[in-house]
Amino acid sequence: MQDHHQFAGGFNDAPRDAANAFRAAMTAMARPGDIREIAGAEPPAPLSVAAGTLLLTLCDPDTGIYLAGDTDNPAVRQWLTFHTGAPFVRAADADFAIGRWEDLMPLNAYRIGTPEYPDRSATLIVECDQLEPRGAVLGGPGIRSTAHMSLPDIGALQGNAMLYPLGCDFFFTAGDKVAALPRSTQIKAEV
Amino acid sequence: MSAYNFAYLDEQTKRMIRRAILKGLAVPGYQVPFASREMPMPYGWGTGGVQVSAATLTPEDRLKVIDQGADDTTNAVSIRKFFENTAGVETTEDTSQATIIQTRHRIPEAKLTEDQILVYQVPIPEPLRFLEPRETETRKMHSLEEYGLMHVKLYEDISQHGAISTSYAYPVRVSGRYVMDPSPIPKFDNPKLEMDAIQLFGAGREQRIYAVPPHTKVVSLDFEDYPFEATKADHCCDLCGAEDSYLDEVIMDDAGNRMFVCSDTDYCRSRREAGHIGPMGAEDAA
Repeated sequence: MQDHHQFAGGFNDAPRDAANAFRAAMTAMARPGDIREIAGAEPPAPLSVAAGTLLLTLCDPDTGIYLAGDTDNPAVRQWLTFHTGAPFVRAADADFAIGRWEDLMPLNAYRIGTPEYPDRSATLIVECDQLEPRGAVLGGPGIRSTAHMSLPDIGALQGNAMLYPLGCDFFFTAGDKVAALPRSTQIKAEV
Repeated sequence: MSAYNFAYLDEQTKRMIRRAILKGLAVPGYQVPFASREMPMPYGWGTGGVQVSAATLTPEDRLKVIDQGADDTTNAVSIRKFFENTAGVETTEDTSQATIIQTRHRIPEAKLTEDQILVYQVPIPEPLRFLEPRETETRKMHSLEEYGLMHVKLYEDISQHGAISTSYAYPVRVSGRYVMDPSPIPKFDNPKLEMDAIQLFGAGREQRIYAVPPHTKVVSLDFEDYPFEATKADHCCDLCGAEDSYLDEVIMDDAGNRMFVCSDTDYCRSRREAGHIGPMGAEDAA
């Protein structure tokens, strides 16, 4: 990935690759704590395969993207512009935000929707070193009894869940793995 | 089938629908507006379900389509053919073999599994619409969790008929927050809304998508002294003898003869193949 070209690294077969990627993303969002494989895109550094694939699957000229931290570099900008045509925006206007947790914070910078349109909220794609099915205890829609997931900041995510039905939704990505945390999930620190 | 993009819709439309599905899953029961497209079938024929299915299908999926439980009715046959032609996916009538099931007005009798997705065709997604015609008002009512009107409606049922007479599209409360129309499924199916599969709802004409993730708490609205009851015809299936399935009443002649048969044709067929025979089923057993 040294000489990444902005024209390279897209889907080989857009309709089919995007369909498979969306299935992984949807299953992850419907089952918080589930870790799924998602691949198809080869984005420039520092984006992971999973984050790049999510962005190609969900973003287009209708969605503003906020690049946080070192994801905001010319290679990433050119790659996303060529493959999605999505505009780059401030955190406060973003439909999708991408970056490492510490670069994405504070959480109150993002749209949480309105009481009448809670869907008008940001989705954060959080790059992680690894995803593990242990750590915080999750409950709520999509979870049979409880699930476990490694989360970057339990307090901030609990605060987000308390805004329900408003709030942000999260994808966590590492390599070609994705997990999700919708605002509907109740989070407890592991005891 | 290179004349069409995979699953008919263009990619940008699918992305828009996919984003709506994700927000729908994140806020169970909330109706997400989406820019419904014209489809090569009229509104009211499942354009919402078809768009959700098109955005959800992968080439490896096996699709089943039912209309009132039946695989062999016009709507089901034509939607199945549509996706055979435009997505090239395999189709099946066997509930257990399907990965995506698009349905109009029924939930299959067989228990759905983790790996399945149920897509509903929804005519009127707003449960409060017949009580309050203005979208601006119903939206406010949802935002304020103001659902008293729905209970008044159920109460009026009781005061007029002695029981809650709503028998289909019976309102439910999802995950303790949003009141949702489960589409016009019979209330017999309401207890099945808490299931292992992902449920997606698409309303094409009304331009709404909503969703219920697996294992989500779905409660049918009722009163302590008039609890919810999942009712069906007090009969068994005349073909397969099933006591536990939802039944259609079929008029046989003009002399008042009738028979009851499973509305879920696959369930009935598989039971008959397993040797179950109902009161009128002996002569043409499968």
